[in-house]
Amino acid sequence: MSESEAWMIAGMFAVTFGIRYFLFALAERIRLAQWIESGLKFIPPAVLTAITLPAVLLPRGEWYVSLANPYLIAALLSVTAGILTRNLLATIAIGLTAFLAHRLFF
Amino acid sequence: MHYPPTLKRDEFIAGMRDTLPLLLGALPFGLIYGALAATSGLSMGAALAMSAFVFAGSSQFIAVGLVSAQTPVAIIILTTLIVNLRHLLYSATLLPHLKGLPQRWRIPLAFWLTDETFAVTVHRFQRNDPSPYKHWYQLGSSIAMYLNWQFWCLLGLVLGNRIPDAQSWGLDVAMPVTFIGMIIPFVRNVPAVVCVLTAGAASLLTLALPYKLGIVVSACAGIASGLLAQRLVAARRELARR
Repeated sequence: MSESEAWMIAGMFAVTFGIRYFLFALAERIRLAQWIESGLKFIPPAVLTAITLPAVLLPRGEWYVSLANPYLIAALLSVTAGILTRNLLATIAIGLTAFLAHRLFF
Repeated sequence: MHYPPTLKRDEFIAGMRDTLPLLLGALPFGLIYGALAATSGLSMGAALAMSAFVFAGSSQFIAVGLVSAQTPVAIIILTTLIVNLRHLLYSATLLPHLKGLPQRWRIPLAFWLTDETFAVTVHRFQRNDPSPYKHWYQLGSSIAMYLNWQFWCLLGLVLGNRIPDAQSWGLDVAMPVTFIGMIIPFVRNVPAVVCVLTAGAASLLTLALPYKLGIVVSACAGIASGLLAQRLVAARRELARR
């Protein structure tokens, strides 16, 4: 490992752990306002959606809204599977299978 | 109140068990990270150290991409900071459940806090049973995710040097598909639907923002709209009751 690689990893560790630990460290000294507490439950779906939708519609950084887009097909099928089965493993497995099948046959 | 002596162990094992599907989702993701790192110019030691010490899938991916584009270290660290800001939101959600624990618990649980462990654990904390050892559940989930990630990254690194063109397989589809499976259980009522639709629309409108800032902006828009929808629904119910 080179010196600049070591600095990069040390820096990435510091910011990542810093963010994850910041609120836990202050736990006793921090009280959250009511509206913040009720907003917390919206965080996971909001963050995950904001990561996922562009990854599916612009898989290579360019708009690709077409049935020829295997990422979009995989996403549509896993949404359907997720709603119907309510089972995480089935959702992932069907999405991955759809993706591989699409790549093989189209 | 008496709890069975096996409760800690049971919570730990349940946390690992409920994380199993997400381990599968992380598998191709870890393999691809290893394979990309192997071809990016990053040394094997650095790629493994990044998985071991940073332990954050999406920022590791982005860092590898930036390394191969010969980006300055300071920019890579800043990008990592921005991409991982969402973890602040996660720790805020878990805070009420973990603030009674000593630092020797909070430090490792913070280090191991990932999208996956968060999504599994938050459901456990929100269940209304009196178990005082729900943090053991989070520990089980964390350790399962950590070991799984190290293993697949290592395998990806070893294979990445041998398999040509691993990048073009497109197995990065594992991330959106896994995340879809994680989003669906949260979407149970009208405010949650409003939140997800708004965050999704905002993520497409903010694509031009640099350094993945769009993720943070869109998440805030989604949260605000969810809160607003929740107020409106509550106000309507209040009116109907009169």
